[in-house]
Amino acid sequence: MASIQDIQTDIIEEFDMFEEWMEKYEHIIELGKNLPLIDAQYKTEEHIIKGCQSQVWLHAEFQNGNVIYTADSDAIMTKGIIALLVRTFSNQQPNNIVNANTDFIDQIGLKEQLSPTRANGLLSMVKQMKLYALAFQSKNTNAC
Amino acid sequence: MVDIANIRTQFPALHQEVHGHPLVYLDNGATTQKPKVVIDAIQQYYAEQNSNIHRGVHYLSQLATDAYEASRTCVQKHLNAKHTHEIIFTRGITEAINLVAHGFRSLLNSGDEVIISAMEHHSNIVPWQMACDATGAKLQIIPMDEKGVLKMDVFHSLLSEKTKMVAINHISNALGTINPIKEMIDASHRVGAAILIDGAQAAPHISIDVQELDADFYCISGHKMYAPTGIGALYGKEAWLNKIPPYQGGGEMIATVSFEETTYADLPHKFEAGTPNIAGGIAFKAAIDWLNETGLENINRYESNLLRYATERLSEIDGFRLIGNAPEKAGVISFIIDDIHPYDIGMILDKLGVAVRTGHHCAQPVMDAFCIPGTIRASLAIYNTKDDVDRLVEGVKKAKSMLS
Repeated sequence: MASIQDIQTDIIEEFDMFEEWMEKYEHIIELGKNLPLIDAQYKTEEHIIKGCQSQVWLHAEFQNGNVIYTADSDAIMTKGIIALLVRTFSNQQPNNIVNANTDFIDQIGLKEQLSPTRANGLLSMVKQMKLYALAFQSKNTNAC
Repeated sequence: MVDIANIRTQFPALHQEVHGHPLVYLDNGATTQKPKVVIDAIQQYYAEQNSNIHRGVHYLSQLATDAYEASRTCVQKHLNAKHTHEIIFTRGITEAINLVAHGFRSLLNSGDEVIISAMEHHSNIVPWQMACDATGAKLQIIPMDEKGVLKMDVFHSLLSEKTKMVAINHISNALGTINPIKEMIDASHRVGAAILIDGAQAAPHISIDVQELDADFYCISGHKMYAPTGIGALYGKEAWLNKIPPYQGGGEMIATVSFEETTYADLPHKFEAGTPNIAGGIAFKAAIDWLNETGLENINRYESNLLRYATERLSEIDGFRLIGNAPEKAGVISFIIDDIHPYDIGMILDKLGVAVRTGHHCAQPVMDAFCIPGTIRASLAIYNTKDDVDRLVEGVKKAKSMLS
């Protein structure tokens, strides 16, 4: 499995191909459409992260030492960014997730998507992803 | 006939590019841009008059006090209040409603009722919920129909001798509906209830005469009517303002203070604790003078035509659904495009230099009533043009083609 850093570098290169914001947005929209849907049983109040504008559902599982995330949103642009975050963080070890940053979102020119004023739930989603990782990490340490 | 091109030249913020496009500003329901006279008034205050008011004997303090009080008189005349001391300066609508709702805690008892409507924004819901929680009074809600019109038969049936307060918006921020407030004021008075009108979305578009309306309380927000943020006004009938206790304690609102007892200042100072937003207050007058020079009737006529044009043009788009289709509307067109989230459209409009509001507009119960997550809201001001509307329509079409 490629490291978080490698995946982020790939994404940055992928977005370098686009010159116009419109091409970037179209790509994000496509990613959103192709995001594997979260299992319906997790699309509940318990898994919801409410933004002021759009909302996000996030589920995390611990498998073979890695955290597996699935997520969804009611807005397609938000879903596209989720696809990038899931691609980066899912199937990684908890300590790597906890220590990773999301600067790549800034570097691909979508900084505003993670800004608090966007109120799309993404900022809280990143926090929640890290909290899950932290929880699995401490559980894992205790078990050893 | 108003000269819109000339009006536009008076608003510096309109003349800029956003993401490489000339700005189209259609978020006036959130806040309007400011004309040069208002910006100048703030600048002039800080450059020439800055001083604390109502307490200094020195020259500058007198100058600032006179300017601030001239603003109060200006608001009084603008709303046709009987007395200047019936005008309380506040931070805005939110503080004005909280002031009244907090004061009413001393008048509400268990079993009393407060009536609001299904189309209030959060500022006219939460303060009343808090007052009801504190006193055991019950909150009653007037429902609305699918067009976004209040069900007046239900309102009349809710009114009883238990009703102590009715709090209602003049024009809905999320739907643009103009509510029949004169009828509601008269009906409330017949059962002995007080009535507060939230005029946030009305004051920028129509003229208001509180005596003719016979409203007990009427609140306006400066920044939605071309004045700075952080200044607004509460009109209250003298008798009501004398009946409710002060909202905040501090300087300015007292007559005498000792550790045994404090006596409160007369109206309006009883409700104006602490150093106020002096610059904002002074610039508020500049904004109201500007509104009156332009003429609210002219503004209303022009904006009504533009609203009609916007509704017609947006209706061309497949999947367009107007949210709020009341026969009497002002300032606001709220809509969704079938199967597309409002947030996605808002994001793309932003990239095209078109500023609108998306989301629930701080009126979540309104969105719940229509079973939607939010709307796209274009809200108009006197400086908007048909070109702005055309840019919005092109933007929505573009967004739709990208998102479908």
